[in-house]
Amino acid sequence: MRYLSNTVSLRFDAGGCTGCGSCLEVCPHNVFARQGQRVALAARDNCMECGACALNCPTGAIQVKAGVGCAYAIIRGILTGSEPSCDCSPPAGPTASPCC
Amino acid sequence: MQPLDLPKAPARRQDAATCCGASSAPLSSRHPDDALPPPWVVGEQQTPLGQVPRISTVLTRADWLGAIRSRISAFRMAYRVSAGLYAVGSPGANAEVFVSANYKLSFDELRRHLAGLDAWVLVLDTRGINVWCAAGKGTFGTEELVRRVQATGLAGLVSHRRLILPQLAAPGVKAREVKARTGFIAQFGPVRAADIPAYLAAGCRKTPAMATVHFPWRDRLVLTPMEILPAMKLFPLYGLAVLLVFGLQPQGILFAAAWSGGWPFLLLGAATIGAGAFLAPMLLPLLPFRSFAVKGWLAGLATAVATGTLLGERLTPHPALSVVVYLLYPLLASYITLQFTGSTTFTHMSGVKKELRYALPVYLGGAALSALLLGTFKLAEWGIWSS
Repeated sequence: MRYLSNTVSLRFDAGGCTGCGSCLEVCPHNVFARQGQRVALAARDNCMECGACALNCPTGAIQVKAGVGCAYAIIRGILTGSEPSCDCSPPAGPTASPCC
Repeated sequence: MQPLDLPKAPARRQDAATCCGASSAPLSSRHPDDALPPPWVVGEQQTPLGQVPRISTVLTRADWLGAIRSRISAFRMAYRVSAGLYAVGSPGANAEVFVSANYKLSFDELRRHLAGLDAWVLVLDTRGINVWCAAGKGTFGTEELVRRVQATGLAGLVSHRRLILPQLAAPGVKAREVKARTGFIAQFGPVRAADIPAYLAAGCRKTPAMATVHFPWRDRLVLTPMEILPAMKLFPLYGLAVLLVFGLQPQGILFAAAWSGGWPFLLLGAATIGAGAFLAPMLLPLLPFRSFAVKGWLAGLATAVATGTLLGERLTPHPALSVVVYLLYPLLASYITLQFTGSTTFTHMSGVKKELRYALPVYLGGAALSALLLGTFKLAEWGIWSS
């Protein structure tokens, strides 16, 4: 299953890639593929913007705007003027009340 | 007995305060010394650092029951285990260390797939949230992992320097930083705990299949209760509104009119929730188009057509109502299905934002037009204005 094409915020700078393969290890959707000594963007539309590759890329060759893909959170973000977050869970401690 | 871990309370105090500023809120109702060990603790492992609880790799009826409850209610919010170190089997200094979240469903999934192994399990405090979501929020993150490795004194317990993390922890864990700060190599293992035995047998190497996330119907099915139930919570309110609309007559509110006009719409409302929250998620790969709003709209339209065919004029006694049935209800289903993007394994924020940019005006416009048509129907019904 794939989501909307040509929409993800994933940016890959092939020139900055050292071929370490960190992105290959962490990507759950096979967005990258090994190509010789380096890595290439193989299926950009498979990306779900989880951010694992960008966080673990040692050279900053990968950039992605990671975030929650939850419609309700995004609507709430629009209404409150903040970034979408799914922080609906109560904090530690069973008696504390939920934040939002 | 509590899992091996030293400075727990101060850390929790900080956690609780960062979210709500409720510094006076109790940290936890459980005190380390007065709690009985949970039933899945089956013994103790003696280590140079002290006793470590040994955990069972067999899930009991209570564990499965807890899993079901956490799939259908807010029970999951409090379904957590204590963070710290646990033992599976009789692990020694060479045993692998598996890292997990303190959401009990995540913890249970890991331990049941470690059957027959000798291993350590390091549970992070992810505030009771599963691995992937917690990683996205950063609570299953570099900071917590480093802190937990140091707090447990893991370096004095194992002779190797390897941590095996679920692959889906990667959005929160920067492996290089963990290595730099603790000396431990954070290795991202398979996505699914079920693949751990094969992963170990292959010398801690993943096949592409082990590293890939899918979204089979079973995974979608277990998520649908939490789509259906929140929607159904609004159903009484919806029902009341429907009965009011149909009951409102020039003579006052008539119960007979409310019921005879209203019940087809109660049925359609329930069917629409079913379409958006169950049918569309289950048929996700079969429904055409990639947009969830469109998939949901198609499921809702099919449901409205089926209901309309079944009930005929009982549902649509007036042309204005026909338009409402085929305009408003598919849009409602579309909105409900769009909510499912938050539960899938492949949608992304940029896409959902894009969908909402197009869909929200359509939803609002459709709702406004439907309200207008409903007014037209009522006026015609009362004989004030006939179309």
